[in-house]
Amino acid sequence: MSLLDVEGLSVRFDTDDGVVHAVDHLSFSLADGEVLGVVGESGCGKSVSFMSLLRLLPETATVGGSALFDGIDLLAASNARLREIRGRKIAFVFQEPMTSLNPAFKVGNQIGEVLRRHLSLSRGDARRRTIELLDLVRIPSPERRVDEYPHQLSGGMRQRVMIAMALACDPKILIADEPTTALDVTIQAGILDLMRDIRERLGTAIVLITHNLGVVADVADRVVVMYAGRKVEEAPVHDLFARPQHPYTVGLLGAVPRPGSGRLQEIPGRVPSLAELPRACAFAPRCPRADELSHSQVPELREVEPRHLVACFHPGPDAEAA
Amino acid sequence: MNEVPVLEVEGLVKHFPVRGFGAKGVVHAVDDVSLTIGRGELVGLVGESGSGKSTVANCIMRLVTPTGGTIRLKGTDITHLSRRALRPLRRDMHMVFQDPYSSLDPRMTCGQIVGEPLDVQGLARGRDLDAQVVKLFDHVGLRDELRFRYPHELSGGQRQRVGLARALAVSPALLVADEPVSALDVSVQASILNLLRDLQQELGFSCLFITHDLATVEYLCDRVAVMYLGKIVELAPTAELFANPKHPYTQSLLSAAAVPDPVVQRARQRVVLEGDLPSPLDPPTGCRFRTRCPLEERSAPQSHDEEPALVDTGGGHLVACHLVARGERPELFRPVEVTR
Repeated sequence: MSLLDVEGLSVRFDTDDGVVHAVDHLSFSLADGEVLGVVGESGCGKSVSFMSLLRLLPETATVGGSALFDGIDLLAASNARLREIRGRKIAFVFQEPMTSLNPAFKVGNQIGEVLRRHLSLSRGDARRRTIELLDLVRIPSPERRVDEYPHQLSGGMRQRVMIAMALACDPKILIADEPTTALDVTIQAGILDLMRDIRERLGTAIVLITHNLGVVADVADRVVVMYAGRKVEEAPVHDLFARPQHPYTVGLLGAVPRPGSGRLQEIPGRVPSLAELPRACAFAPRCPRADELSHSQVPELREVEPRHLVACFHPGPDAEAA
Repeated sequence: MNEVPVLEVEGLVKHFPVRGFGAKGVVHAVDDVSLTIGRGELVGLVGESGSGKSTVANCIMRLVTPTGGTIRLKGTDITHLSRRALRPLRRDMHMVFQDPYSSLDPRMTCGQIVGEPLDVQGLARGRDLDAQVVKLFDHVGLRDELRFRYPHELSGGQRQRVGLARALAVSPALLVADEPVSALDVSVQASILNLLRDLQQELGFSCLFITHDLATVEYLCDRVAVMYLGKIVELAPTAELFANPKHPYTQSLLSAAAVPDPVVQRARQRVVLEGDLPSPLDPPTGCRFRTRCPLEERSAPQSHDEEPALVDTGGGHLVACHLVARGERPELFRPVEVTR
């Protein structure tokens, strides 16, 4: 039994220039205490999918499909119902710790607000619990930090505050959207250690949305690769990196410089416009393996080895092979 | 090497005075940085935010005036030249900026942008100018018709190619690239890095490549300088630095970089630095890294009182660390060799 079951999630935006299909029939599940990495480049729909689950998108968005969490379909739930889940059972950490904290309030008040709103704690209790939380995310001298304003903290500290806030109600799922992208590598390493620690100590399931394959390699148990609003590959982390099947995944892995790598692999062309998603493999125009079939049909996801799914007519780990 | 280096930076200092907002003092952005780039050499300048790496670039380009030290471009001291006197020398150095969205004039077509340096330097005019722009577009892999488009019509990768074409238009001896790929997606990064490498091999310019990403430096550069809080802490040929990092800071940087391979990534030990980057308004006395150095106990009290000098440990491998100078080997992290 999984914690979260998403089936056929679609997100469309009605814009002045027509309809944009940001997410197209995305299905995945998340197990208890699992760290799921969601990878893809800008515009692949990775953030939008998760924001849509918690109804965080603007009203121009039309969301379809189902998302079962704790016996409730998040997409069909009433606003009141969702308010109980959002921030309490499923919490979000955003990329920019500078803009997601309110500069006019002390960090302690901002975390305390969550506790008082969701758990109806008194001021004093909220403060005590806030200090505990700051300690949990390993902020040194939390008794002092609790009374500081966001601008007094460094980027890494702010991100820890964001994580403390997300963990305030002991959520079942923590969705972290590019939590380390704005941070330096030495700070990033600390945040990733913290994520691992949270999962181990609190058993929280974590969704880690990122474009950084190194981050995924570090902490994820399972990985979903997205391209142009669709899931193109899904696999346990070791299988994905050892035997990537989708030519897009193969290309992404070859594009990252690493010790002793030869010439970097380029993916020719560019991401298709989401306004006119083809009734074909969306990657076909950039794919060395594409043939008539790829240009005329949408490839279904199929299991090429246990728990390793790929949406491609010509899967395989080899960069050149057709 | 008896020829004159393309760029010589000696004891570069840049301080920014701060007034108001309750704070008063001097930001020590760059303190005593020396660096030489030979003809056709690619040197990487690595550091985290606030290390002063971009300020070094801006000083070299004379976008800001250095507080002290000298900068020589092909032997000519440009440290205090006036804008007017500098103008003819601008032919020899050009810059590619990080953000391809804000570094191109939105009211000019891409062809005009690329042609502008040629025009300003009076190198080409009219039909000749057009012909050169066509050639430059071809060089950086842009379709010819994009010459008549405006920057907003192009993708991030295409824009960065325009920036590169503009920088290379007057065949400069030195290209300064400040995080040219960090705003781009991974697959686009790869194509820009490949392009930069190809162009460098073909045209033979020297390059100062500024980045926070160690993997990129390893791919591209001949030598690497690591900066921390306004100082170079280690400088070495690329292969040597990655195989044998000596400064504790370099070691922690290398250990922290996330490698896209779960086997390697999970097997290695990681040095997590404690605390925050100290304020450049009031940098620590002695060794600037000491407040976060895991080996601080071993280097104290010397590291509190004395600034470590950047000394050659052999083979052009320079390190600024008291422990290394004493002949000890800081070993926080050994790069792991993984054979599969």
